[in-house]
Amino acid sequence: MSGGFHIVVCGSLVPDPLQTLEPVQGPNGPGLKNEGMLPSVLDPWAGHSLFEAANLAKQVPGSKVWLVSLGPKPKLQQLMMTVAQKVPFELVVVDGNAGGFTESMEVAAALAGAINAIQGLDPSRLLLFGGCASASRDAGATMQILGEMLGIDEMFLGVDELKVQADGGLHVLERIEGGKYLASVCAGPPAMLGWATGNLPEPPNNPQVGMLNMRGIMPALQRAQAVKVGAGTLQFDAVQVPTQRRETRVVKDVPVEEIAQEIVEWLKG
Amino acid sequence: MDVDIVCAGFGPAMGGFLTTLSKELVDADGQPKLESGVMPGLPLQVLCYERADDVGFGVSGVVSRARGIRDSFPDLDPSDIPMAHEVTEERMLYLLDPVGIRNRSWNLKAADRTVRALKFMLDYDRDAVALPFIPGFLKKEPGLVFSIGQFNQWVSSRLMESGMVQLWPGTPIHEPLIEDQQVVGVRLMDQGTDAKGEPEAGFMPGMDIRARLTVVGDGPVGSVGQALDRHFGLPEGHHQREWAVGMKMLVDLPEGCPLQPGTVFHTLGYPEPEIFGFLYVHPGGVASLGIFVPTWFDSPTRTAYRYMQHWMRHPYLWRYLEGGTLRSWGAKTLQESGRQGEPHLVGDGYARIGEGSGSTNVLTGSGVDEAWTTGVLLAEAVAALWREGKPMTRENLRATYVRRRRESWVEQEGRVAEHARNGFQRGFLRGLIGMAMAGWTGGQFYVPGRSRPPHARVKSLEDYYRGIIPEPRLAEIRSEAARSGSSLHDVVMKECGWPEIPYDGKLLISQQDALLVGGKVQAPAGYKDHVVFLYPQICERCENKVCIEMCSAQAITPGEDGGVPDFEREKCVHCGVCLWNCSQAGLDDPEHGAIRFESGAGGLHSAEN
Repeated sequence: MSGGFHIVVCGSLVPDPLQTLEPVQGPNGPGLKNEGMLPSVLDPWAGHSLFEAANLAKQVPGSKVWLVSLGPKPKLQQLMMTVAQKVPFELVVVDGNAGGFTESMEVAAALAGAINAIQGLDPSRLLLFGGCASASRDAGATMQILGEMLGIDEMFLGVDELKVQADGGLHVLERIEGGKYLASVCAGPPAMLGWATGNLPEPPNNPQVGMLNMRGIMPALQRAQAVKVGAGTLQFDAVQVPTQRRETRVVKDVPVEEIAQEIVEWLKG
Repeated sequence: MDVDIVCAGFGPAMGGFLTTLSKELVDADGQPKLESGVMPGLPLQVLCYERADDVGFGVSGVVSRARGIRDSFPDLDPSDIPMAHEVTEERMLYLLDPVGIRNRSWNLKAADRTVRALKFMLDYDRDAVALPFIPGFLKKEPGLVFSIGQFNQWVSSRLMESGMVQLWPGTPIHEPLIEDQQVVGVRLMDQGTDAKGEPEAGFMPGMDIRARLTVVGDGPVGSVGQALDRHFGLPEGHHQREWAVGMKMLVDLPEGCPLQPGTVFHTLGYPEPEIFGFLYVHPGGVASLGIFVPTWFDSPTRTAYRYMQHWMRHPYLWRYLEGGTLRSWGAKTLQESGRQGEPHLVGDGYARIGEGSGSTNVLTGSGVDEAWTTGVLLAEAVAALWREGKPMTRENLRATYVRRRRESWVEQEGRVAEHARNGFQRGFLRGLIGMAMAGWTGGQFYVPGRSRPPHARVKSLEDYYRGIIPEPRLAEIRSEAARSGSSLHDVVMKECGWPEIPYDGKLLISQQDALLVGGKVQAPAGYKDHVVFLYPQICERCENKVCIEMCSAQAITPGEDGGVPDFEREKCVHCGVCLWNCSQAGLDDPEHGAIRFESGAGGLHSAEN
């Protein structure tokens, strides 16, 4: 690929794993109780796509990575403290609701606006990355809609591997049912890839990467455009999380069969 | 990597330091007032590394007079900080034993009987009596109740917005870099290792961050502070022998609970006389509550979690809590030696602030505001030195930071408190009398008491429960625990008459559920275990494994054949109690136990505590 790829990763924040999520009905629609106080992480699928993007950019000279995040600015600022030491990227912030109850079309439109406004972005070299089911805590259709809005024809979902062929073509493995992969080849960018987990481990924290990234992050946050994304015309009749009951305890030297039997009895009540 | 200032740990002290320093870095036009030595033309390059996975994780609800904090933020509106509220009502409660436990001391039983006999004269209610007044030195009005986690996040957000400093959570520091008795920076932890620290796939050696000044604010059990103490020792006559663990919960109070935001309870007398409790009410029907378990509670089966549940079930408190829901849970070690535990505050290339610098006031039970203020004082000193182009030597830091600190209210009040708790070395009542004497005489009089290393205090199971549980039964209990791989305290407490905890799945839950539901404890892979049993031969022969009993997260459990305990990093909340809950003297350092608590990644994932 001459000149390298322009890789735009769409990803935003989600509540940190293990947080207790309690849906509540607010004046602006449904939301999560105390969400402002819950710690957040980069959506894991988007995180994988970011790591894959950075790895690809490292392999293909001239490539560049942007992270486009739609979320509340203060929470994104907080999130950057834990993300920015991982891999080099340039941040683009869209200041808006990422509460998980937004309509995919509205989210995609906001992201498309932000991506189109990136100076120096060459659409012919564009690889649009994101989580396979998320770009910003949405219903899972956003990446496809966004791809269409950006005029991208080649779209892949549930991607675990991307290889650049000698002729510049993209060889893509997508997850399909039965633990199998669908292997596809396209001529090259532009393309949209909604990543599953990929194959890369989470990179270690690198202080030098952090210092480099942080120089651009605060200006990006200051430049953030506010957008209004909501539920559109959707009506949420009811929102609930699965009920759960925990009775955890520590046991040692108990045969697995015995533990399994006890769990069965417990489930039976 | 070279920077101007590297900071270890982000807590209230570092918040005070960075908030103050960041205002001195550039002028109104954005031009550097304090110019970087490593990036000429730019302001000072200041980096702060925090061990926990995010700032504000793993700390707790607090009540504070907040004098230093208000000085830094003169226009502070508590409603700007989630969970903060002015103190509106303060009660000090003596809790009587409502259960009839067998091991309550005779003088406490007598005190309970006296109170019950005179209850018609007292402010008595549901096995508790409210003290008619709160001594001025303990009173927190006018002050604030707040969540340190939320406060730290609020402070960090303002710092990030300033763009003047960089905060990096999730980045544990392994140790300070010391060259020719000068601290020249820090070394970060290796990443991509196994539990023993051996390189695995993705290994990345810990990077050296070199700086003209290393600011150490990593708390009472921080790796950098500990390493400095090991290397430089403590000043003559100082010791760090008094500790406590604060175990705390954040609870959604039940609907209709009459407690108003800003209400503060301090409790004493129950579940054990050595254990003090607290309850602070935040806005929105939420309360922080918990207990402190100190070093001078000599039980070899001391535990915090189960005692906290019994404390919550006390009738005076339970009427407010019944029907509530656990929202968050955590634990933290407190350095309770106060000024007696003050390390060398400065040296060539480094300065210490906050709790690890001995700033906690053990008489007033206040540490956050003091910690914040030490950070402010250091920032003022550093800015002055940098402006004058002076190096960060021991002499210059002494002439500026230490001098400011000695002249501050933190020091003056710390001196009043210095010996206030010595009486607890000789018992609960003498301890209370000593505190009152010190508080009312400005520290001139107190009840003396000889401090001992924590391991030297712990009695054997047989000695501690003599006359309460027969020795043959204790032997059976030991065998049962060894067979089942469990701690002793549950069985021992049952023998003493403590009732079972009726789990309700919401507030009264198992300790493991508290880890998951409350602490949301997580640990990233690729880091070395941070709890190290230094001398296996000592663990092999140890019969009082207080480390197992006291572990806040049940991360330390009996090892094979009762030998060296097992440690599971994935459960650890990094409270650090294992550091001071070893009942054996270390071979190389008899002042300390046989466990080392090092820097590590992961832990609590809640910023609400």
